[in-house]
Parts: sequence; structure tokens; C-alpha cells
Amino acid sequence: MKIYRTHILIAEDSKSILEGANEIKKVLVDEIHKKGLQNEISVIPTGSLGFEDIGVAMAVYPEGIVYAPVKVEDVPEIVEEHLLKGRIVKRLVKSWEKGEVTVGVTRPEYIKGSQYRAILRNVGLINPESIEEYIAKEGYVALEKALSMKPEEVVNQIKMSELKGRGGAGFPTGLKWEFTAKAKDPEKYIICNADEGEPGTFKDREIMEGDPHTLLEGMIIAGYAVGSGKAYIYIRGEYTLSIDRLEKAISDAKNYGLLGKNILGTDFSFDIEIKKGAGAYICGEETALLDSIEGKRGEPRKKPPYPPTSGLWNKPTVINNVETLANIPLIIIKGAEWYKSIGVPGTYGTKLFSLMGDINWKGVIEIPFGISLSKIVMDIAGGVAGNRKLKAVVLGGVSGSLIVPDEIDTPVDFNSLAHIEAGPGSGSIVVLDDTRCIVDVAKNIAYFFRHESCGKCTPCRVGTEAMYKIVDKICRGGGVEKDLDILEKLSKDMQLTSFCGLGQAAPNIIVQSIKKFREEWLTHIREKKCPMNICKMDWEEEQYEDVSEH
Amino acid sequence: MKQKSLIDVLHDTQEEEEKNYLSRNKMIEIAKTTKISETKVYGVSTFYTMFSVYPRGKHIIRVCRNLSCHLSDAEKIAEKLKEILNVDFGETTEDGEFTLEESSCLGMCSVSPAMTIDDEPFGNLVVENISEILLKVKEGSKK
Repeated sequence: MKIYRTHILIAEDSKSILEGANEIKKVLVDEIHKKGLQNEISVIPTGSLGFEDIGVAMAVYPEGIVYAPVKVEDVPEIVEEHLLKGRIVKRLVKSWEKGEVTVGVTRPEYIKGSQYRAILRNVGLINPESIEEYIAKEGYVALEKALSMKPEEVVNQIKMSELKGRGGAGFPTGLKWEFTAKAKDPEKYIICNADEGEPGTFKDREIMEGDPHTLLEGMIIAGYAVGSGKAYIYIRGEYTLSIDRLEKAISDAKNYGLLGKNILGTDFSFDIEIKKGAGAYICGEETALLDSIEGKRGEPRKKPPYPPTSGLWNKPTVINNVETLANIPLIIIKGAEWYKSIGVPGTYGTKLFSLMGDINWKGVIEIPFGISLSKIVMDIAGGVAGNRKLKAVVLGGVSGSLIVPDEIDTPVDFNSLAHIEAGPGSGSIVVLDDTRCIVDVAKNIAYFFRHESCGKCTPCRVGTEAMYKIVDKICRGGGVEKDLDILEKLSKDMQLTSFCGLGQAAPNIIVQSIKKFREEWLTHIREKKCPMNICKMDWEEEQYEDVSEH
Repeated sequence: MKQKSLIDVLHDTQEEEEKNYLSRNKMIEIAKTTKISETKVYGVSTFYTMFSVYPRGKHIIRVCRNLSCHLSDAEKIAEKLKEILNVDFGETTEDGEFTLEESSCLGMCSVSPAMTIDDEPFGNLVVENISEILLKVKEGSKK
């Protein structure tokens, strides 16, 4: 194997490619050749370096210097100064703290301060398209270990770790596996739910683009534990880069005998197939997802029976989120006890969040459960952009919850968040500053659900439509005070009677915003005025029939 | 073995079609070969937003207006697209080049506002660059 004195890792995830990463890499390689350094320096593509709004980023090791944002015209200077002469190009070094250039502080050292990169341990450090690099980072060691255990011992480890599903509901993963493992049917399935569609969420993509083998390894172990021979990854049709990298990973794993017939010489055989979605938010709901894989309209099924006993083609099926499965290899290697040393009682391990909205640093982070929301927003995300004030946080996507500044010190774990009627949900944090109008945000969310309701049950089909119409009316100056009562009543009905989680969760943020920002709603209604000057007051009477009559 | 579901078949059929859609005849044909009823094929074709049963343009523009993009002024991008193309959502330009569609979150929140044209993502959109992007896509397809 060739040894290089310097390794340059360049981020090649979707957003970096969008900002010209491919061209920058080409120029970098050309320049290195021009200087005759090709035998000393290796350029390696990797996943996101963890900060998304900084343009194309590259890390130079062993120094651990991160340059960002890098433009094509900066490349010759980096090669000439840093790589040839050994002088760091200070003007391009990404400073982690405001106003401070921390030359010499390696990225892992910085990250240790506030985050915990367990699931993302390889993202930004290895080439996601190279199975060899994954193996070099202890990849597939967990699989080997799992295969030397009895299946029930594997299930037991996961149960003992108290890992909870990361898709939103937080159901104990080990229990799910046990139901399927105990089912008598010889035909069972593993499904990875990669239908990441909750607005404001892009954390699963980080795993699939940056470290696809971790996901595959988790799935293969799941298959062995419950006695399944076949798995599907149900992924959004729009996630093209994720699909490409997963396809390559599957084919490489097969060539190494880590997937397919007689894995690692045992009599366990397992296959993974990718199923592309076709654009429907509802397919993130696990039973709608099953129907979609079967080729039908993605409409939710009646529960019970639950998928662990009757799922895909009515066979016992484990459905886990991408992030949940990415936890599995670590738990197997390091053990349940180690896992429970991270996080807080009741919610162990780490959690990925995608940070968005009016903050200084956007991107995907990984934190141990139990740190406060204010630490995430004010410290890790660098606070509210432009030194403005925090108005609210949309936590867990648009079907999640609305957190106000008074509640911001709440620790992020299932139990603490439940006290303020919230949860980590999809793993999305959208920060709103004090220039945002809450009615405008509510209208945007109502519009989304009106569009995405599958139409199967009446409370959701009619409810989301009525909800949008009322919010739109208020937003445009046509509302009356009674409308708020109607919205609250309608929400309760939808929460209680909708067939699946979509309709039950659709009103969440809207009712919470009425409760927490009632004055702002009332100003729109009484004074026909938007305090933030965002809503256009262009309501004309009898634009459509009075929805409050229904 | 790889087993194709109805959705896979519809994806493949639509990709082969120049006008990016599932025609009545094709749907009937699919119903026959898959032994799934015509109504079910139609039901699935009209359920998913990536499928269309009406002829569309050569290129499909999917613009996101969900929360993250909305907070980054996606509304202005959508208005600009409508103005340049002279169409509303769901419509195709007169020259048959573009169909404008609204999409749910594309998972590109960190570079919002965002859209995709066919399979290619575009992010950090500003109103001033929209015509240039459209022109490039149009010229690219002529080669």
C-alpha cells in the first residue's frame, strides 16, 4: 500500500457538489500533478464536513486544517503555499469560533467540545465510495461479531441498550426486533425507512451520502437477529446521490462476501434491494410505506396487526429509520453498557439534528441526548443570525412542536421534552427570529398538509383543507375571532379521529402557535394587520364559501 | 432476484416517454402485462407526485416552498419562475420545454431556497439567476 505524507479530504455531498466541489477537486488534482506532488499527497472525496453553509470545504491531514469556503481560484495558492511550502493559508482557514482562527486545532478536538460523533464518526473522514476505507475504520467488525453470537443474543444486546427508534415515535428497537424474531413465519423482511420527507429534515441523507456501509451493516445485523433473508431500503426518488452511493456500497459488499449468499462463510444469506419512492410524504408512515413497496397507492393500513408480526406482503417485518440502524454496529462492537453511558436515563445514545432557519451555522449535528435546546441553538448553531432575538423553534419538523424562548432550556431527551408536549420528532430544528410572522408560518405548514394528506380518511382529508382555508383567511385579513375556536376544535377532532399519524400531527404547530402567540393571531383578526408586515391583507369577501359553517 | 413493483414499472415507462408522462394507452398496456386492473394502475399513477397522466415538458422543474425554503424567500423564486415561463404550477410552457411543479421538501434545506430540474439540484437560488439557469438547461438538452 502506498503511503502519502498528506491526505486531503474534500467534501462531496449533494450540497458541496452543488457549490462546485467536483470542479475544485479536478483543479486540485491538476495542480498537485503540476507541482509533482502526486506521490506525496492523496486527494480523497468524503461526506459532509459538518457545516453546511460554508461552501466547499476541504480538510488537510495530519495537520487537521479545514479550508472553507474554497473557490477554484484559491486552489493554486493552497497547493503552492501549504502543500509545497508548508505554510498554512490563514485567510482561508475556517475559524470555529467567532473572530478566532484556531490554526492547529484539529476538527475532532473542536467537535469534542459540544458534539459527540458516534453515528457520524466516519462522515467527513472516509471516502464513502470505498468499502476498504470503511473496513479500515473497523467496518463490518460488528457484523463478524454478531455472526459469532446467537441471534437471540444480538436481539438481547439491542434490548439492553434501550435504543429507541429515531424516526419520530421512539419505539424501543429491541422490542420490535423481538416480535419479528419470535414470529414463526420462515419469510421475514427488514425495511430501512429512508423516505426522509419531513420539511426541514436532512440528517439521514448525511449518513447515506457520507457513510453508506454503516447503514448496510446495521441492516445485515438486523436480518441475522430476526431471521430475515431480504431487506429493502425505501428511499425518496429525489435523493439521487444517496441512491448512487448505496447502490455502489451494496455491490461492493457483495463482492467482499459481506452481503449475498453465505455471508462470511456462515450459512446466513441476506440481500438488500433499493426501492425508489415516487413523491408522497405519507409514505414515511410505515404501513403506507409497505403498500408503496408492494406497488400500491401509499395509504396507511389499519393497526393492529403491526408490521413486526404482519408487514410486507403480510409477512413479519422490521421497519427501522436510517439513523436507528446506523446505531446498531456501535452497540454490537462496544456493548449495551457502553451505549448507556451516553445520553441520560430513559434516552440513551446520540441524536442527529438538522439545523436550519435564522441561525449562524446550519447543518447536521450529532449530540448526546440530554443537552439543552438552548445549547444547541445558542452554542452549536452559533446563536440567532444577525444578533436578532429568538422567537420560536420548530422542533421535529412541521408535524412536531413549537418551542418558545421560555422553554428553550429544556433538555433534549424523550422524557424532558414530553413535559412540554414535544419530542425530538424527525430530528429537525428550524429557528425563527423575531422578524417572522407566526401566522405566516402556520399558513405554510397548513398548506403543506393540505397537499400531502393522502385522502384515505375524512378527518384528515377534509380537516387539512378546512384548516388551510381558515388560516389563509386570517392571514389575509378576513378572519373573525370565532375562527380561532374553530381551529382549536377542528384540531382536537383531527388529533383524535384521524386514521394515521399524518392527520393526528398535522394541527400540532398550528394549535400550539395559537396557544403561545394568541396576541399575534388576534392582531391579524382585529386590526387586519400583520405586525411583521409579512402577510398581505388582500382578503375579499366571499372569496370562497364560509368554511366555518362546516 | 429483483422483483419489479408497479411503481418501478411506472417509473421506467415514464422515463422512456418523451413527454414525461403516462399515457392512457401505456397504462392500459401495463395493466395487461402486470395483470393489475386498469383502475388500480390509474389509481397509483395519480397518487404519486412524480407521475403524471398528462403530457409534460422536456424538463420538469420542481420547486420547494416548504418551511425552510419559505423562510428563505422561496415565494419570490416561484413567482419569478411563473413570470419567466409564463405558466402556473402544473402547466407546461408553450414550446414544450418546461413543466413547472411544486414539490414537497427536497431535503436541501441547508442551501434553501432550492429546486430540481429533472435530476439536477439547484440551491441558494436568487431571483436574478433564474433565467440563466433555465437557459443553460435548455441549451444543454439541445446537444
